[in-house]
Amino acid sequence: MAMASLRREGRRFAAPLISSQPITAIRSSLIAEEQAPLGIRSISTQVVRNRMKSVKNIQKITKAMKMVAASKLRAIQTRAENSRGLWQPFTALLGDAPSVDAKKNVIVTISSDKGLCGGINSTSVKISKAIHKLTAGPEKETKYVILGEKAKAQLIRDSKKDIELSITELQKNPLNYTQVSVLADDILKNVEYDALRIIFNKFHSVVSFLPTMSTVLSPEVVEREAESGGKLGDLDSYEIEGGETKGEILQNLAEFQFSCVLFNAVLENACSEQGARMSAMDSSSRNAGEMLDRLTLTYNRTRQASITTELIEIISGASALEG
Amino acid sequence: MIYLSFNKIIIIIIIILCKIFYSIRRRNRQKRVENNIQHPLSPADAPPLPISESADADAAAASSTTITTMFRQASRLLARSINQQPKMMARAFSTDVPATPTVDSTFVESWKKVIPNMEPPKTPLTFMQPRPSTPSTIPSKLTVNFVLPYASELSSKEVDMVIVPATTGQMGVLPGHVPTIAELKPGVLSVHEGNDVTKYFLSSGFAFIHANSVADIIAIEAVPIDQIDQSLVQKGLAEFTQKLSTATTDLEKAEAQIGVDVHSALNSALTG
Repeated sequence: MAMASLRREGRRFAAPLISSQPITAIRSSLIAEEQAPLGIRSISTQVVRNRMKSVKNIQKITKAMKMVAASKLRAIQTRAENSRGLWQPFTALLGDAPSVDAKKNVIVTISSDKGLCGGINSTSVKISKAIHKLTAGPEKETKYVILGEKAKAQLIRDSKKDIELSITELQKNPLNYTQVSVLADDILKNVEYDALRIIFNKFHSVVSFLPTMSTVLSPEVVEREAESGGKLGDLDSYEIEGGETKGEILQNLAEFQFSCVLFNAVLENACSEQGARMSAMDSSSRNAGEMLDRLTLTYNRTRQASITTELIEIISGASALEG
Repeated sequence: MIYLSFNKIIIIIIIILCKIFYSIRRRNRQKRVENNIQHPLSPADAPPLPISESADADAAAASSTTITTMFRQASRLLARSINQQPKMMARAFSTDVPATPTVDSTFVESWKKVIPNMEPPKTPLTFMQPRPSTPSTIPSKLTVNFVLPYASELSSKEVDMVIVPATTGQMGVLPGHVPTIAELKPGVLSVHEGNDVTKYFLSSGFAFIHANSVADIIAIEAVPIDQIDQSLVQKGLAEFTQKLSTATTDLEKAEAQIGVDVHSALNSALTG
């Protein structure tokens, strides 16, 4: 009888301690724990302990992932920077015409296969959809070619019929020019295009990735633009060496330009992916650390409350015996 | 005749060249490690990646230096053979945004009209290194940019003359050359500066010569001539001539023909 009343006392005593916690989930689970089965003397710290163990594991895992991403970034960054010289001659010769008026636009979106890399894939997809809207119009068609799982998952939801080709598992083997060249060949064979727009995240620094769009024009559009003047106007002043006709050379040039630009884009995107993953995992492990601190405080409070309850029961029991 | 796209041709050439150069480079690296001689062109011998080390070890153990075994491993080790170039410079985190970024205004405006809430994506013009303008008199030196997919071999180097292997034959380029777009075939590129001549064997590519005496040479593979093994070239030439005679389909014939062309070019590079 006395014990029952004291037990109730203990619960009431413990409740205000628990209610001062900021974490509502723990509060509700603890209260449920103590109210449900009768015969439990002390408040259990098991729930908090379990949660602490899992949060600590998460912290360890994300820290390890950050280290892995950092080492991969170092490896691929030198290659990406070395490949930056590859697209510059083409832009120097043909200029850059992102606002070209082309009937058949093909948007090549480059994304990663694995997740947990921050917001870079969503940015690429948003820009792709925006370009799709920008280049839409009467008698114009815009198609997608997708490299990478993540963009495919996002674009397949509303633009399924516009996706021409999708390629995944690009990074199974380390990226090299031959692989990208084969890929470029596949794309050019299967897709009709007037202008190819390659969307990727350019690696600016470890914390900043700039979404970039490179344009590669088909030889017919290049001829048309050269005739009409403007940026490509001086293309006619260039002598052509080799090949029979100018058209043949321009065809080869367009294919070569596409594979070079695609190679650089894929490397830059891979770099951005690793950098974004590094910063995402870093903030994740920091959050896990903060969460662990809060949980530790809760744990200590709960532990002290249960000890106090035990003491009260024992002391009041003893004083009751004395009379 | 079968139509092979430009990229396909390049791929076949690269595979053929890599087969030769992979074993040569591996042997050279081992020799270099023994003799401690530094490659004259490499700026710093960056430590090879751990993947390539193991590839090195198991390639050395598993294969003899026959081309057939290398061909089987070529697809697997292509990336590693490129990685083994001692030409990569280890650099800290750097960027390449030029001092005055240029933006295509028509694009930005049309973007803003349709999508007002998002920033427009950057275009290559923003990241372009600025090019010199066309001078009124012919400059005394030619500026050469020689780029490969995995390195910039020469960037803005001032030279007297370059001789490029265009498909129509060896073409000499001097300062003040007429603007030209030249398609290249596998052959020797020689860079003349004063009295030094540096020769590279190129896989095919393109060369652009602009009015401002800037020459851009883009190739996929380039190796200094002294690193090519004569015996492997002869073996390859014999093998491909044999393949050409026994080829049945158009594709096989075309591939064998490309092999023969590349090997004969290598041969003449070594002898000529």
